[in-house]
Amino acid sequence: MSGWQESAITLAVFLPLLGAVVIAVMPKSADRLVRILGLVFTGAALVVATIMIFDFQFGAHDGLQYELDVSWISAIGARYHVGIDGISLPLFYLTFVLTFLCAVYTYRILPNPGRPKAFLALMLLLETGMAGTFIAFDLILFFVFFELVLVPMYFLIAVWGSANREYAAIKFFLYTLFGSVFMLLGFLAMFFKSEPHTFDILELQEFAMGGGFTHSIQLLIFAGVFLGFAIKVPMWPFHTWLPDAHTEAPTVGSVLLAGILLKLGTYGFVRIALPILPDAAETWAPIIGVLAVIAIVYASLACLAQRDLKRLIAFSSVGHMGFVMLGIATLTPIGINAAIFGMVAHGVITGMLFFEVGSIYDRYHTRQIAEIGGGMLQKVPALAGIFAFTAIASLGLPGLAGFIGEFMALLSAYSPAPMLSETLFRVLMVFGGIGTILTAGYFLWTLQRVNLGTLPDRWKEASLRDVTRVEWLAWAPLLVAILALGVFPRLILGTTQEAVEGILRVFGG
Amino acid sequence: MVGAQEVTGAIADPGLTSLAWIVVLLPLVSFFLITFFGKRLPAGGAWIGIGAMALCLAISLGILLHFVQGGEASEASVSWFRIGPLEFELGQLVDGLTAVMLVVVTLVSLCVQVYSLGYMHGDARFTWFYAVLSLFTGAMLDVVVANNLFQLLVGWELMGISSYLLIGHWWEEKENSNAAIKAFITTRVGDVPFMFGIFVLTVAAGTSNIGRISEVAETGEASTLLITAGALLLFGGAIGKSAQVPLHVWLPDAMAGPTPVSALIHAATMVAAGVYLVGRMFTVFVHAGDVALDTVAIVASVTMLIAALLAMIQDDIKRVLAYSTVSQLAYMVAGLSLGEAGYTPGLFHLFTHAFFKALLFLAAGSVIHAAHTNNMSEMGGLRKMMPLTFVTFSIGSAALSGIPPLAGFWSKDEIISTAFREGNYFVWAIALVTAILTAFYMMRVVLLTFFGAYRGHGHPHESPPSMTGPLALLAGLSVVVGFLGAPQLNAVFADWVHFGEEAHAEPFSYGFAAVSIIGALLGLLVGYRLYRGWRERDPVRRLGPFYTLLERKYYLDDVYLKGIVRPLQYPIPRAVDWTNQRVLDGAVNAAAWATKKLSLGVDVVDKRAVDGAVNGVAFGAGATGGLLRYIQSGNVQRYAVFLFVGVAILAIAITRF
Amino acid sequence: MIRLPFLLFFSAVLFSAGIYGVLARRNAVLVLMSIELMLNAVNVNLVAFGSFLQDAALTGQVFALFVITVAAAEVGIGLAIVILIYRNRETINVDEVNLLRW
Repeated sequence: MSGWQESAITLAVFLPLLGAVVIAVMPKSADRLVRILGLVFTGAALVVATIMIFDFQFGAHDGLQYELDVSWISAIGARYHVGIDGISLPLFYLTFVLTFLCAVYTYRILPNPGRPKAFLALMLLLETGMAGTFIAFDLILFFVFFELVLVPMYFLIAVWGSANREYAAIKFFLYTLFGSVFMLLGFLAMFFKSEPHTFDILELQEFAMGGGFTHSIQLLIFAGVFLGFAIKVPMWPFHTWLPDAHTEAPTVGSVLLAGILLKLGTYGFVRIALPILPDAAETWAPIIGVLAVIAIVYASLACLAQRDLKRLIAFSSVGHMGFVMLGIATLTPIGINAAIFGMVAHGVITGMLFFEVGSIYDRYHTRQIAEIGGGMLQKVPALAGIFAFTAIASLGLPGLAGFIGEFMALLSAYSPAPMLSETLFRVLMVFGGIGTILTAGYFLWTLQRVNLGTLPDRWKEASLRDVTRVEWLAWAPLLVAILALGVFPRLILGTTQEAVEGILRVFGG
Repeated sequence: MVGAQEVTGAIADPGLTSLAWIVVLLPLVSFFLITFFGKRLPAGGAWIGIGAMALCLAISLGILLHFVQGGEASEASVSWFRIGPLEFELGQLVDGLTAVMLVVVTLVSLCVQVYSLGYMHGDARFTWFYAVLSLFTGAMLDVVVANNLFQLLVGWELMGISSYLLIGHWWEEKENSNAAIKAFITTRVGDVPFMFGIFVLTVAAGTSNIGRISEVAETGEASTLLITAGALLLFGGAIGKSAQVPLHVWLPDAMAGPTPVSALIHAATMVAAGVYLVGRMFTVFVHAGDVALDTVAIVASVTMLIAALLAMIQDDIKRVLAYSTVSQLAYMVAGLSLGEAGYTPGLFHLFTHAFFKALLFLAAGSVIHAAHTNNMSEMGGLRKMMPLTFVTFSIGSAALSGIPPLAGFWSKDEIISTAFREGNYFVWAIALVTAILTAFYMMRVVLLTFFGAYRGHGHPHESPPSMTGPLALLAGLSVVVGFLGAPQLNAVFADWVHFGEEAHAEPFSYGFAAVSIIGALLGLLVGYRLYRGWRERDPVRRLGPFYTLLERKYYLDDVYLKGIVRPLQYPIPRAVDWTNQRVLDGAVNAAAWATKKLSLGVDVVDKRAVDGAVNGVAFGAGATGGLLRYIQSGNVQRYAVFLFVGVAILAIAITRF
Repeated sequence: MIRLPFLLFFSAVLFSAGIYGVLARRNAVLVLMSIELMLNAVNVNLVAFGSFLQDAALTGQVFALFVITVAAAEVGIGLAIVILIYRNRETINVDEVNLLRW
């Protein structure tokens, strides 16, 4: 390993792991030091990732940058093959940004039972897993990173969660693991059915371009891989772990869960399922589209029924990921670009929403909408204002981040790839459109019940702090990003175009 | 970003038209400035908004001057972003229509902002109010200037959220926030078809550029079916924003907002956007199948009439004006539905209506400000206490009723006569009936508010100059702007805003004018006779069951609320949630439960069967031993017996076999 | 010369009496004596068969002498045990001597 180009990714991905180790050996009493170390390591990784962006060749056609391909487990032909392209880059960078902001947030705010050392070490481990997934170009490596994420998240939920945390943590762990098993089977099938046997994603793509697997085998493999990714996304009807996990997870856990973890699934579809299994993707696309739209409508209806603010946001994630999956299901450049944009936008917006709900809970010690009872704009105007801003971004207002992804996903559903049924996807578009109305409905209703109205008597005397300095620090970048992504969609779309076209080339586009 | 624009349309002298983007940008900048710095500035940053708007108005007038001098339309754009094969741009399309609308919007917004200095004085969220006013205006200006549908949609939706924020400005009252949500959601119901319309046209034309889409529609590059679908879907957006049946229900409720906001919404922004959209995309409508314009005509006619009927019975002065807006918007839409000939009249009415409707709202605001009530039954006799308001309001009412030579007369008459000339007697008849009704209810409002004896408590007095100033300005304009479209004066408006290459002003027909005037006078007369003196029981109550029907707003709100909103708010989500928890999550939990039970079963099997076999051998040995041990009694003699018996058996066995 | 069957019959009776004594008597001394009876019944058999078979080596008679010797030793040890039991347990009733029980 020599040279910046080869080592940059490895450096960025494993710096947090190093940080986790360093923090783990710190004495238990060094509370402040541990938190500073958390900042230092996530910050250092962020700096590396930022420098990588400046070195990134944006105009370059598809193909990896910062590529490194060395032997890893030679016995099974698994290689340490990492690299970055336009699809990975936004998500990769988002990982570092969000984790750093979480570290900033954790500098002051940590849920019971405290123990910053364990918390930050797990968070850093999580960061390595998340970032690694986005840059792995070997199926085994991908799988390892993909699964590595589970363990720290399990502990984050199970230890620092709220009342029903153990149930939620176990459910999260087992459900995703259940899917992963089938995914792994799919990967193994890819290895054994490809000529020559390989785990390399790029080589498998090449293989698919030159004919690839037979259709029936593709269908089987896709089914397995689908289950793994669909649970992670989560797609309807595999979403039920999500509201529980989100509701019980600590704030930072929710932020990372919504911000990054869900994208591992959608990213998997774009990176692995579509380009390697194009025929099966065509067959499966209508099903994915239908499930996606069911998720959109279903989740917004479920949101209307929620009494718990955090659970509501969790359900809204299901709906937003529905738009992302709808974009992917169209198999068009517009759809997939929209999906990637949607992933980043959702990561920023919903991450922000979870931060806010966490802070609201910090003040009110309840997440029940009825108990908060309105009037938040009177009591804590800045917090309420930010909440309104983010909620409005989430309901898809143009000029803010949420809009482009939804609009373009629906646009792509209007004219899906030629081999797909236009009629079906237009029907899906209509229902997606109805979903946007419902989405606006539940967000505005929530704002009305939480933000507006007069303050209930029980909060009149309570001393509730408005947004604190550390919260401003952690949130400001996200708020700026929400606006910036909406005004300059090129920030994302400028990087993804070529890579998406590369992915779709296998469909003969 | 916009500064680096390249002018695509080659024009000799663009005049100020190339600055149109600044008009959009200024209010948006002002929004951010007021939001972040307003509170630290004197007068809560209001002067930033007013200053920006004054500058915008100046530029807009400059742009209009370009067209007055016979300048050409121009278009300019910069690339915004690319997604797949589609390129989206930020651009400006400046033609006569744009110029006129720019002036209307900036002028009305300026009046409203100046007026609000007095009206909103001392409001807790004064600064925020001004910030959102700026945003609202900027969004509308974006709609006006946009050269492509995507950019237009951005402004369109921003306007939606601004109206939400402004209507719900006094959000302490649940009623107000309900109205705000209703406005946003109802218009959003229209926005979704609008969005689909954009899809249809964008995909058909390969770009969302309005000029290119019009070209595609004109040359028949796309099938008529597609264009028709596109037109109808776009009209869905107009139905929502311009409050046409069946999505008009939000507009009266939007009266919950501060009155200047109502003026802004009803005159210059928001509702005007829908009509403007139809005007802007008129090529598409004209080249769509007949069904498109027919639908537009029917929707407009129905809206016109039922809204005018509703306006007759309202007690809330603002609601009268609100329904009158709905009705007048339908006039414009009806004008546009007449096809190419109706283009100029329809948009001319949009132009004139903006002035006198803004005037009426601001004057009504002045009345409300003084009388501290919206209900006309608690007003009366205000003529003497607030003379300026009275005069200006009367001018506005007369203009709205179509009394010559005020603005409303010219534009309304043009629509009515064009309808007749185009042979659309259906629209003509309804427009005429509506004109009578309009005159009637405006007479009713004026009499109830300003004549008779004062019925309220307190001491109303004239509003401060910051409020009456804009009233006077708008009143003056309401008198004169109509002449811009007067055929006797060359109908200059048609030179600026016309469809196709050449302006072709319709000849003025005194016959038609007479019919319109008689209609208006008839309405006024009936109104005067009925409302000359105050009666405890409103004469319109004599309509009996029909009154009840009107009072219940044709039960449309009830149908929406009980038929759609409540089910979507409570039972359906609950059912979904139940399904989620019990069925989907239930399945997951059941799987977990079954697995757990299975593992317990396995555990049992393991303990009983597998380990049981091992233990069984041990136990068997033990049990056998336990049985056998009874033999070992310790009694030697018994042992000896066994010995003996054994030997005997052995002996027998050996000897026998 | 007494005929062999008579001798065998006598021996059988003697042996049966001995068995009865061993199995049925409670007194340890009588049990020992009954064992003597059985041994002597065997001796009678040995001698009877010895003379009946005209064995030149007199195997039967010699064997009988051996048995008598062993029986004497056995009684010696047996009586010693009985005495020790009596000393320990104040009884020589074999029913009560059940230390070998499970």
